[in-house]
Amino acid sequence: MSTVNSIGVRFFEWWGDFGVFFGRLARVTFTPPYEVREFIRQLDEVGSKSLLLVALAGAATGVVISLQTRDSLIRFGGKSLLPAVVVLSIIMESGPIITGLIVAGRVGAGIGAELGAMKVTEQIDAIEASAVNPYKFLAATRVLACVLMLPLLTLAADFCGILMGWVANTLMEPISLRLFIHSGFETLRFSDFLPPTFKTAIFGLIIGLVSCFQGMRTDGGTEGVERSTTSSVVLSSLLIILADVLLVRLIQVFFP
Amino acid sequence: MQGNTDEPAIRVKSLRKTFGSQNVLNGIDLEVAQGETLAILGRSGTGKSVLLKLIIGLQQPDSGSIQILGQEVAKLHLDELNEVRKRVGFLFQSAALYDSLTVAENVAFPLRRHTRMSDGERKQRVHELLSTVGMDEHSHKLPSQISGGMQKRVGLARALALSPDILLYDEPTSGLDPITSEEITELILKLKEERKVASILVTHDVPSAHAVSDRMALMRDGTFVSEGTFDDLQKSHDKFVGDFLRVGSQVV
Repeated sequence: MSTVNSIGVRFFEWWGDFGVFFGRLARVTFTPPYEVREFIRQLDEVGSKSLLLVALAGAATGVVISLQTRDSLIRFGGKSLLPAVVVLSIIMESGPIITGLIVAGRVGAGIGAELGAMKVTEQIDAIEASAVNPYKFLAATRVLACVLMLPLLTLAADFCGILMGWVANTLMEPISLRLFIHSGFETLRFSDFLPPTFKTAIFGLIIGLVSCFQGMRTDGGTEGVERSTTSSVVLSSLLIILADVLLVRLIQVFFP
Repeated sequence: MQGNTDEPAIRVKSLRKTFGSQNVLNGIDLEVAQGETLAILGRSGTGKSVLLKLIIGLQQPDSGSIQILGQEVAKLHLDELNEVRKRVGFLFQSAALYDSLTVAENVAFPLRRHTRMSDGERKQRVHELLSTVGMDEHSHKLPSQISGGMQKRVGLARALALSPDILLYDEPTSGLDPITSEEITELILKLKEERKVASILVTHDVPSAHAVSDRMALMRDGTFVSEGTFDDLQKSHDKFVGDFLRVGSQVV
């Protein structure tokens, strides 16, 4: 019973501390002076260094969706629907969630480990002692970079997924790219495309906030850094999946 | 504890700090006058580093008062506290250089944020600071590419970047070999003579403290058990003070 109580207390403590962290960050993020140089460096860290990974994951997803849905559609006599199924499933769900989880793994681990190591080696204290706000310099720049880059990375995943979906399909039964694209996008509306793509900004917010929070509260030396790194990835991924459930429902309600 | 002038650079009164059930600081009183160097000695884990972090506002005390250059730290808004911090240089125990920045960029970090220097002026200032600590030829290297002693030197150059009125040294010679340790001590002594800033040196290195300080205070169980010049401390009848000075001098 005491173990359950202890877990419950830690759970609410974590959310309480996380709320305080979020509030503190919200206050400093949009007040000058802005850390433009660090923000640009983080855009590069989050964006260009994740691009290849996200593109590969998107491409693989496109191939898998194409191969698996093809058999099912043939069975039900709807083979001509294959391009639309590939395009819709990638744009509406697979692209965004794959991008969120891949970035949670790569960037979340990176931020958790980097800030954790900075905390235990007193670098965050040194920043504060230099009269620079570490929340603004370290956390705000990383969170904003994640928010901004996730939708752009999602576009890359979508592009590679659709392209490789066509390649996989055309290897089984040749179809021109033009026809594939035409059939795939024929029924697609902007409301199918924009909300799922921009919901990944929320995924970016989750990755940035959770990994900065976990990194900046690290204690206990290298073991503490390891804990921060792992928890950044695990919590980011879990919260992305849970947030996705809510966001999908909200999108259905507001963009019927 | 009395400083040398009526207006101390640092004044601490009845400072208390606990972590959980552990009493780390148990009513500390100290004053450091302008241009004076106070060495605080004590065994590891007695709260010496915590005292420095409380002074610069990196941690909050449970009770007591801390005044830096006449300003009560606990009553300052963050912006005001940051103005005070700009006048205080802090050399961390681990040097705490930023891993992702080169030696020169580390030293330029406070200059870039708190001065309106042009790129050329900033480079010149970084060159001067690194020359002062003998690290100019390593300016392009990353912290991971230089030794612990070199990192301390760069940390010192960074602490001096904004020409502070106060310097806080947290174990500047710990983890260094005796020769490097002596080099760092000589560097601190040189800075003391040239810049005449108020300083607090936290250490368990007795010869280093003897060499650079005007006064010394010995800490045990979160409070000062003895204070005065090195000669005053040597005359103390307290067994702990005698043992600490004797063993500390022999070890180093």
